[in-house]
Amino acid sequence: MTESAVAEAAPKSTRFLRPERVKEATLLAIIAVSVLVFAFLIEGYLSGRFFNRVTTSVVVVTLLAAAQALVIFSRNIDLSVGSIVGVAAYLTGDFLAATGQGPITAVLVAIVVGAVLGSVNGLLVAYGGVPAIIVTLGTLALFRTLLSIYSEGANVLAGDLPSWVLEFNNVTLFTIAGFQVRLVFLIAVFVVVGLQFALARLRWGRRIYAIGSNPSAAAQAGLPTASLVFWSFVGSGALAGLAGFMFLARAGTISATAGAGLELESVAAAVVGGVSILGGSGTMVGAFLGAVFIDTLKLSLVRVPEVSEFWRDAFLGILILAAVILDTVLRNRFNRRWSAEARKAMESTGPSAVGMARMAGGGGGTADA
Amino acid sequence: MREWAAKHRWESILIVVLAATIVVNVSLSPFYLGFGNFVNLFWLSIEKIIVVIVMTFVIINGEIDLSVASVMGFSAAVMATLYEGGEMAFVLAIVIGIVAGALAGLLQGLVITRFGLPSLVVTLAGLIGFRGAARVLLEDRSVGDFPEWFERIGQQTLFGPFPVALVLFFVGLALAWIILERSAFGRKVYVIGNSADVARFSGIEVDSVKMRLFVASGTVAGLAGVLFAARVGAVQGTLGETYELDIITMVLLGGVSIFGGSGSMLGVVLALFTVLNIRNGLGLANIDGITQTGVIGLLLIGSVLVPNLARRYRLRRPAPEAMAHGPP
Repeated sequence: MTESAVAEAAPKSTRFLRPERVKEATLLAIIAVSVLVFAFLIEGYLSGRFFNRVTTSVVVVTLLAAAQALVIFSRNIDLSVGSIVGVAAYLTGDFLAATGQGPITAVLVAIVVGAVLGSVNGLLVAYGGVPAIIVTLGTLALFRTLLSIYSEGANVLAGDLPSWVLEFNNVTLFTIAGFQVRLVFLIAVFVVVGLQFALARLRWGRRIYAIGSNPSAAAQAGLPTASLVFWSFVGSGALAGLAGFMFLARAGTISATAGAGLELESVAAAVVGGVSILGGSGTMVGAFLGAVFIDTLKLSLVRVPEVSEFWRDAFLGILILAAVILDTVLRNRFNRRWSAEARKAMESTGPSAVGMARMAGGGGGTADA
Repeated sequence: MREWAAKHRWESILIVVLAATIVVNVSLSPFYLGFGNFVNLFWLSIEKIIVVIVMTFVIINGEIDLSVASVMGFSAAVMATLYEGGEMAFVLAIVIGIVAGALAGLLQGLVITRFGLPSLVVTLAGLIGFRGAARVLLEDRSVGDFPEWFERIGQQTLFGPFPVALVLFFVGLALAWIILERSAFGRKVYVIGNSADVARFSGIEVDSVKMRLFVASGTVAGLAGVLFAARVGAVQGTLGETYELDIITMVLLGGVSIFGGSGSMLGVVLALFTVLNIRNGLGLANIDGITQTGVIGLLLIGSVLVPNLARRYRLRRPAPEAMAHGPP
């Protein structure tokens, strides 16, 4: 399953045409087309201001899509991310209001809070043998309850926070022709790229995909499945914690219900981004593009005068459906093509080449060949 | 008795938990044992528990329907919009509202069976999409002023102290038990839940069974939405929001496996009683809704975790999983 084995086995052309590359390219094209359509519909749409707004607002969902993808890859799910965002944002805000610490400490606090909550999920799933959907459905409610008890109905107020918090969102690293590249966006992109690299190249990354492709086969092959799943939940929690910090920086005022409902948005972003809910397949970059697409659409639809703002969710539902149907159709095409290639290879060189061709196809993290 | 308990371990645990809850509730509040409170107990969650019945089928079949709460809102919104137009007889508006729910289920069932997509994803899209559709119809208005007889259906009693919806629930429950555990269709639901492939190779029309379940799920959700409107007397785009979590929790707490193939109507009914009693008791003790939900969440995790741990530390006997749950 290692990347180098694939590199040796696969001819160059098939390697480039991996399904996840096709998916990412398709999604990128769809984003480009929809931006063009909106530019046609809305006056002054293609401005630096809109770019800035999207890149700032997409940060939270991007981090959550990454958190969600990380656990979905191993055939789990994390429905508690919205509650983790709420708890991390609230506790970090509370901490900052009390101590007035700087950004680095704040980010660390948020990440640690998230990781601790994630480890609760991880323990129950990996070592308690409870299905992830049950555990996280439970902790979705439980974390929120703990927060509501802790907060006693009081909010974290923007006025009590150190002044850097509310400026954090607008910190701009550099500006190209009115397009500001903001720190928060860069952090999100950095996280996505780092995770993409780790999942594609590092041993634990490949193992996560292996578990998602076939959990019992992964266990029989001797992979430490329990600890891998545990740590993927910790990672997911940590990412949700970071998202909680970003939420705090954007909103300033945090109530006990902050971040409610984000769990579904994160699953939607990952799924639109081509992450298979059955595990073993998909990429971080895909999840990121899914988040960008959904966010662009949400922010753009409200500006189309002919469309009432209430259409947003209806569109979103149709979109998710379209994305997953397209994904299935694409995958079936690929599978058919590969099996044809494998048959050809078998005729010319004998059966051993078939396995190699299959591996080339499945090497990028696709589950079902 | 002991034999029954060994065969129905999950149901036995639930009976103990339920009994404990009732004892605690009785000792906590003098109001608990009144008949009014008994009806109230069901009454405040009647729409949820009606949907729980059909969700049991869906999950035993190895699928899930996250869209039920949104379909409730969608159906009620369709009904309210038609009524608001004023042209149409209200009865017809109600029927069209419920049919809209059935169509929502049909659409999702079609996508799931035709494209072989996971129901989790399709109904997640449904959750977002149908809620969106309800909002498109009603925007941020609240439609009320329904005919008097409609609100009477929702608020007054039919047989003795029982309101219509409650009677519907018990009739539906009896029907569901017969269909699930005493009919060929019910057996098919279990077999498909255990392994769709095996079912297919055995000549069971898997897709048709799934389609019927999703249509049923949409229809019942639509009916629940209309009943909700009758009880509350007004419809908003947000009607029933986030109910899906409570509904799924009750089914899973009833010992129905999230992977399908096992679970019983009795277990679900016991879980439903337990959840309602816990909420009722906590409510009588002045504990707010969020905390109540947290307690239910804890119970949900515990319900799977505790037997798992117990199994691990008991005598190491082989294959306990198959014995613990499910029908013989």
